[in-house]
Amino acid sequence: MAIISRGFAGRSREHNPELPPGQYLTEDFPVLSAGPTPELDTAEWTFTVQTENGPTKWNWDELHDLGVEDVHTDIHCVTRWSKLGTSWRGIPLDAIFDKVETERDFVMQYSYGGYTTNLPLEDLLDGKAWVVSEFEGEPLDPEHGGPARLLVPHLYFWKSAKWIRGLIMQDNDEPGFWEQNGYNMYGDPWQEQRYW
Amino acid sequence: MQPIDGNALAGPLSELFRFDLTETTGECRHCGDTTVLARALVYPDPSGYVVRCSACGDVLLAIVSTEKRTWLDLSGIAGLQIPQ
Amino acid sequence: MVGSWHVGTVVATNTETPTGRSIVFDVPGWTGNLAGQHVDVRLSAPDGYQAVRSYSIASADASERVQLAVDKLPDGEVSPYLVDDLQVGDQVEFRGPLGGWFVWRPTDVGPVQLIAGGSGAVPLVAMARAHAAAQSNEDFRMLYSVREAADAFFASELQSLANEHFALDWIYTRKAPEGAARPAGRITADDLARLALPATSNPLVFVCGPTGFVETVASQLVELGHDPQRVKTERFGGK
Repeated sequence: MAIISRGFAGRSREHNPELPPGQYLTEDFPVLSAGPTPELDTAEWTFTVQTENGPTKWNWDELHDLGVEDVHTDIHCVTRWSKLGTSWRGIPLDAIFDKVETERDFVMQYSYGGYTTNLPLEDLLDGKAWVVSEFEGEPLDPEHGGPARLLVPHLYFWKSAKWIRGLIMQDNDEPGFWEQNGYNMYGDPWQEQRYW
Repeated sequence: MQPIDGNALAGPLSELFRFDLTETTGECRHCGDTTVLARALVYPDPSGYVVRCSACGDVLLAIVSTEKRTWLDLSGIAGLQIPQ
Repeated sequence: MVGSWHVGTVVATNTETPTGRSIVFDVPGWTGNLAGQHVDVRLSAPDGYQAVRSYSIASADASERVQLAVDKLPDGEVSPYLVDDLQVGDQVEFRGPLGGWFVWRPTDVGPVQLIAGGSGAVPLVAMARAHAAAQSNEDFRMLYSVREAADAFFASELQSLANEHFALDWIYTRKAPEGAARPAGRITADDLARLALPATSNPLVFVCGPTGFVETVASQLVELGHDPQRVKTERFGGK
């Protein structure tokens, strides 16, 4: 039984009934990662969707020419921190998949630096996900996944890969990096799907 | 985020092993580099600890602790030498 | 012992720097620690929230007293509590002692170079104390880099340890004291060449501090000919 340390409260956190179960509200944006921050130049940056029919690739400008929109949303980290009302700008995955032909239902996101995370294709479509390159009106910081990352706010934030490099279409829902290490294959914060 | 040294994991690992894992020598399965685990680079992501080979950067081990159990993935280590 | 949590009660605190404090805990059942080891400190809030952080131990003896020295991080969660709020009689939990690699034992043979950046001095102070307590004849040199003199932990104690077997030099990075021979500035390979034991003595080198400092110093040491296997580092993370 842990003893209480008098007067210790920890980081400011509120239990807000609007948050998913087990989450606290934070004003911070913690920067932590499973590996070193890659150094990327948008002049050399590409984004590829690999399907059973071959790859489709865009460079930085080509991807942004698909159309950029504002996103205002809440994000939920599996470590119990939630941040409400975050602002981003990015390309909806709907615009990307308009240009892609695939029969496959599952996706593996892969990042510069080797990180991977998996999810069903339908969780990227119908206005549910973006490739974002701006946060709070500024270009996305490398520490937060810049120059571009995935944003899939309806799932725990580990499902939004930083330093996104591309997507691989899969026939089956194969586990990515954290999913191989005990994390939930889907990750719905509202059902508290943190681990296996 | 900057990494810290493997010796910082001595605490979390002390709950799992009766000896100090950070004093063991491990061989990286990816590049073959053999070094004491205290020298490996630890990235303390809140989701779990990721320990990387200081020579090639590949993942040596990952530790995820939850209320019910701790998941330990040692697949990046080809072999461990444990001092007597 | 290792692996389980022990309760520690604060028996004394001392302000060391404008942002740092040393704290002595009484930990029943503690059987002592080696110089260079650390502890995990756990704090629990009334609602069950817990935070765990690692701190190097400044003391290195076999008693039930454990001394830590903590520097307050501006956006820290635990260090502001330990530096500003913790009072005599308060309790925290300890796991340890931890870490068998970044240690110096009085039975170790050969010269030792300690290089500290800021609060990275703490485990190295433990080594300096262990060296003095053992009346060791091994050559010890310490190079301590701080922003300015007031930011040094245990400065006067370290000065008092200086003798034929323990030499102490300071690097001031932001403001040097009046009359200092070396102007303020970050540590360079030249400083190491001038003030650290040379590679030809084959010293065991302990470098501790923020990650950026440790990586810079470690690579400078290798450039000066030190065997990387003889350089042990403890990075604190951060910049």
